Amino acid sequence: MLAFIAKRMLATIPVLGVVALFVFLMLRLSPGDPASIIAGDYASPSDIERIREQLGLNASIPVQFGKWIWTLAHGDLGISIFTNLPVTKLIAQRVEPTLMLSLTTLVFAVLIAVPLGVIAAWKAGTWIDRTIMILAVAGFSIPVFVLGYILIFQFSLELRWLPVQGYTSPFVDFWKFTRHITLPTVTLSVIYIALITRITRASVIEVLEEDYIRTARAKGQSERIVLLRHALKNAAVPIVTVIGLGVALLIGGVVITESVFNIPGLGRLVVDAILKRDYPIIQGLILVFSMVYVMVNLVVDIIYTIVDPRIRY
Amino acid sequence: MIQSTRRALLFAAALAVPALALAAPQPAAAEKVLRVIPHADLKNLDPIWTTAYISRNHGYLVYDTLFALDENLQVQPQMVDTWTVSDDKLTWTFKLRDGLNWHDGAPVTAEDCVASLRRWGARDGMGQALMDVIASLTAADAKTIVMRLKEPYGLVLESIGKISSNVPFMVPKRMAETDPFEQMPETIGSGPFKFSKEEWVPGAKVVYLKNEAYVPRSEPASGAAGGKIAKVDRVEWIYIPDQQTAMNALINGEVDYYENPPPDLAPILEAAEGVVVEVNDPLGNQGMLRMNHLHPPFNNVAVRRAVLKSIDQNVYMQAAVGNPQFYSVCDSYYACGSPLETNAGNKLVTSPSIEEAAKMLKETDYDGTPIVLIQPTDIAILSAFSLVTAQRLRAIGMKVELQAMDWSTLTSRRAVKEPIDKGGWNIFHTWWIGGDITNPVLATGMGGGGVERAWFGWPDDPKIEEMRSSFARETDAGKQKTLADAIQDRAINNGAYGNVGTFFVPVAYRDNVKGLIKSPVQFFWNMDVER
Repeated sequence: MLAFIAKRMLATIPVLGVVALFVFLMLRLSPGDPASIIAGDYASPSDIERIREQLGLNASIPVQFGKWIWTLAHGDLGISIFTNLPVTKLIAQRVEPTLMLSLTTLVFAVLIAVPLGVIAAWKAGTWIDRTIMILAVAGFSIPVFVLGYILIFQFSLELRWLPVQGYTSPFVDFWKFTRHITLPTVTLSVIYIALITRITRASVIEVLEEDYIRTARAKGQSERIVLLRHALKNAAVPIVTVIGLGVALLIGGVVITESVFNIPGLGRLVVDAILKRDYPIIQGLILVFSMVYVMVNLVVDIIYTIVDPRIRY
Repeated sequence: MIQSTRRALLFAAALAVPALALAAPQPAAAEKVLRVIPHADLKNLDPIWTTAYISRNHGYLVYDTLFALDENLQVQPQMVDTWTVSDDKLTWTFKLRDGLNWHDGAPVTAEDCVASLRRWGARDGMGQALMDVIASLTAADAKTIVMRLKEPYGLVLESIGKISSNVPFMVPKRMAETDPFEQMPETIGSGPFKFSKEEWVPGAKVVYLKNEAYVPRSEPASGAAGGKIAKVDRVEWIYIPDQQTAMNALINGEVDYYENPPPDLAPILEAAEGVVVEVNDPLGNQGMLRMNHLHPPFNNVAVRRAVLKSIDQNVYMQAAVGNPQFYSVCDSYYACGSPLETNAGNKLVTSPSIEEAAKMLKETDYDGTPIVLIQPTDIAILSAFSLVTAQRLRAIGMKVELQAMDWSTLTSRRAVKEPIDKGGWNIFHTWWIGGDITNPVLATGMGGGGVERAWFGWPDDPKIEEMRSSFARETDAGKQKTLADAIQDRAINNGAYGNVGTFFVPVAYRDNVKGLIKSPVQFFWNMDVER
């Protein structure tokens, strides 16, 4: 197992290298110039040139890429063009809200979706199954921002139960954190609940047709034991896979949710940076997202060995 | 396996650790806090390095100025106590008032101010013009600044008292010695609030703390001038980019002040309990249609005049703003409501007509080549202007190609001087805040410096440059007014640009917020929150 993990960790290096090159080239080849944005409306062409020079944007693309890789090799993601702050500091400032939102969303989604999927499979073909599947399709279909605004309208503006926006760290005030994170979590969870419910249902239905399930039932075991101990455990691999994929989807999902609920996380940081062409932030964040994605895949692979002892690396 | 699970847990823990370290200091319960949704995110702390209005507003909180414009747009002393001008109008002497200290406790000196003016003069347009006529700028003693000019100059106080970007803010000498093309490493001013660097989260939150040591002037606050009294302990800028969320936060009482809600949300805000919506900027913003004078067809003045004839400000404003409460129709190139507002030369534009414009266009050499109109779709008001222009130009017989892009792309595209087939452009829209267009020197769009010196679009009109220069050197206000009229007349009739109307962005706030200052720039002193 250790050799497998080490091999997978080493494999991340070329993956990140390709990502770094791709992101760098895409940014340099796309239109927009941070120097023009900084210089503003009154700047003369020579002012803009001086700013470009000062930012190192006049160097050739290979030279710029080489400099960036050199700083990366020293564990430095660079300095933000606009804020003049280290990208690592900006990311560190933003990582907690995104991490917390992602964690609460995943936990909430799994707690709701897995039981729903099992019930749908157990009652396959009945009105209960159909109702759950209709809700799942609706969950897939409703845009995150629409649901967010509806929840804000109902629970913040009408009932005044929860705040519209903002974020408080659980390490500062857990009650405030809970109030702030509830609506974003529910909003972002809906699509994952729909996704995981459908996969759980399909996996459990497939397992319920296996011989060992019939055997378990023939032995007189209760449906609860059959479902939870035999069916769900054996259906776990695809469910874990889809939860892992869900983390990747979360990276995209948090961008919108963080905007709607004004959560100062990584999603908003990357959007702001793209709009301003703050190259070091965009490059750094995409590398971090890629790293997280690779790590999540690794964690999922490790979890496979727990839920299915037959899997060995 | 156990080891692998531990690694996964360690990974999660490693990500969570910065969270513990980032527990930001919270305001004490008794503190009076003004929670503001600013118009943009503060990304740069140096208001000389960038012209971004949000950095300018930040500058007004932290820094102070030698002179400032009052609510009537008249220059008043701010850090300066007294000043004199020699009879030959060549030597200006400014004496700093008592009680001025930097946030680190050091006294403000004339040397600091001289260095600050030099750095500002290296970047700002009006500053550069002023520096061109300065023979020497020195500190005679700790409190006295002496400015010697090569020739009389009519805009000395207007330059160092200018209200908008780049504002000549005063900073300690060590900061002012920073290369003007690099950001200053510190944020130490002498203004009514201190910047709380530890609490700054770019893209989310900026905090300013009351400067207890600040000594305000005795006059009442008026525009950027008068006594700057910090009536709250903290000003918190909470950046909310989503307009719907910002509106909801104000309605729910989570913030006190929303700097510029879009006019289309105003009816909802007005209907909300405890929310006040009003226009706080008496000058508003002027929409601009800029043509590229370098290339056909707009290198032909007759084509430019035809376009100007087609501009109906009512149509633009109805499309982009909608609510007549938030726009006005006014032909003046100088901000409407400002001292130089004039109708000079407006015969061409005062009665717009598609038919007449089409007739004027037919008499030109326009050959039906499509023109490229670059449209910033991420800025709603400019996007709407672009759509109206496309429709009206098609109506007068032009072929128009709308090219959609974001504002950041547009800012680099508009700098391209090449012809259309090499990435150039023909028309784009922008706007100017009223404070930036109160005279022909400030109003950059009126310049005719050609491909080397003019603003994007590059009109080439040496005569108008000469007239602007005369305006700057004229020290008699009456003669300045006559020159300003003549400059506008020439600019309109040469089709320098189109004025598509004046719009006002309202502010919205909870009704417990008091003491707003009427001004084209947002100030936070004098504002109070009754809890």
